[in-house]
Amino acid sequence: MDGNNVIEVKDVTMRFNMSKERVDSLKEYIIKLAKHQLKFEEFIALNDVSLSIKKGEVVGIVGLNGSGKSTLLKVISGILRPSSGTAAISGSISPLIELGAGFDFDLTARENVFLNGSVLGFSKETMTEKMDEIIDFAELRDFMDVAIKNFSSGMVARLGFSIATITRPDILIVDEILAVGDFLFQQKCEKRISEMMSGGTTVIIVSHSIEQIERLCSRVIWLEKGNIIMDGPTQEVCDLYKAKAGNGK
Amino acid sequence: MSKNKIVTAVCAVLGLLGLGCGLYDFQNGVWVLDVERIVICMFGPMLVVGGLLFILLNRKELAATGVGFGKYRYLVGNLISRDLKVKYRRSTLGFLWSVLNPLLMALVINAVFSNLFKFKIEYFIVYYLTGSLIFNFMTEATSASLTSVLGAASLIKKVYIPKYIFPLEKCLFAFVNMLFSSVAVIIVILIKRMPVHWTALLFFFPMICVLIFSLGMSLILSSVNVFFRDVGHLYSVFTVAWMYLTPIIYPKDILPEFILNIMNLNPMFYYVEYFREVVMYGTVPNLAAHLMCIIYAFLFLALGLIIFKKQQDRFILYI
Repeated sequence: MDGNNVIEVKDVTMRFNMSKERVDSLKEYIIKLAKHQLKFEEFIALNDVSLSIKKGEVVGIVGLNGSGKSTLLKVISGILRPSSGTAAISGSISPLIELGAGFDFDLTARENVFLNGSVLGFSKETMTEKMDEIIDFAELRDFMDVAIKNFSSGMVARLGFSIATITRPDILIVDEILAVGDFLFQQKCEKRISEMMSGGTTVIIVSHSIEQIERLCSRVIWLEKGNIIMDGPTQEVCDLYKAKAGNGK
Repeated sequence: MSKNKIVTAVCAVLGLLGLGCGLYDFQNGVWVLDVERIVICMFGPMLVVGGLLFILLNRKELAATGVGFGKYRYLVGNLISRDLKVKYRRSTLGFLWSVLNPLLMALVINAVFSNLFKFKIEYFIVYYLTGSLIFNFMTEATSASLTSVLGAASLIKKVYIPKYIFPLEKCLFAFVNMLFSSVAVIIVILIKRMPVHWTALLFFFPMICVLIFSLGMSLILSSVNVFFRDVGHLYSVFTVAWMYLTPIIYPKDILPEFILNIMNLNPMFYYVEYFREVVMYGTVPNLAAHLMCIIYAFLFLALGLIIFKKQQDRFILYI
């Protein structure tokens, strides 16, 4: 890996089998196999995508629904193994692909802080130390010993965001999650992300809100049907994207 | 990849040589058909040499995995404590159920079998409890693991976590449960005033072996179950059959000779027998029994690791 790059994606292709009917049982499988009906339609979510991101860059990814944005993020964060090609990262990564992944709704908020923290790879000591900070940021001090099945979705999202951003990761991945909470909390989230950026964290943001991308990012990648259409400075790409997306309608 | 081919080749050669040695008795120049002998000769050297060779050739990858596990050991701990909390939530007696449940079960079985069938077993209730403690641990661990990968779907789709964590956690959770349940065995031993021997200190050996064996089974079952959900339905029937094939409620000497020989293929037979020998009868099993316990445990662990590792990247596409 090049010394300056923290993310290097090389010739990544991601193929999915779209079986028209799912074959979930052994009997079906054998029957289909015998009848030579085990055909899958291939769906290419990412087509030979290559990109590299330098340390400290703030990159936005734009594109219409189904253009492969989320798949790309999942490949980068190691959740999906690409069908071919490689994706390498250096340093710690905090994927905010969905807030509160791994929350157990029967446990209290406090117990979930430890559980979710350990899902992200933080130790018990770190979480104990940061507990107050997490509670304050999520503004949930009165609700910490309540089972989170009684929480509203906004409260769950706030808790999730506070936990995921409690340490300063080298790479932060944000997938469409800033749309949660009221506008005050959204501002708070954005402020925290800006703090991280100035601290040298590399950030990748996926959002349908072009204003947000324009406000935060220094570079934008435009994906369409699994291909990179354009990769360049924010203003250039956003202007073209807006013009094109407008024409498409 | 070629590294693993070397290991496979070495294992295949050792396995074939071992099979020959197991079938033919060179000292007396006769063919023998003894399951125990075949298993030890075939898999013993294969596991030792193959395992060491694999570790030596893959030490870099293994070190990386070790670092990965270090980071996620808190997760395993947290998941176990979550399972404990959820299991006993809203029950007044809570943890006590882990002790009470086997005790009550033993009372029922004792009432039925020692009065109805009149097996001549001394301390029948202890005989049953020791057997069921070990066997139920295995069933609990493997049945919980069976759905562990599927159950963690929401996590697997959203964050990167080493996937072996899930079956591992279920096995450790069942292990903790077994430790609670072993209090029931102690209580019954005290009530029945059964003499206890110093060999009982070896109780941990079969427990650890069963843990490793169950982990191997769990890795296989949890990954196969992702692709074929039928396994889950079939497995509960399978465990019942397995339980009756293991001497848990009946004494092993009511079995005919040829079934006893086949019984040597049943790993649980060795673990249950070993546990009873040290806890109830005050004898230490022979070397062959030790080897069989270890070989079965690591054989299944190796199989499980191979299958799980091959399949784990495809899990996400099927859950």
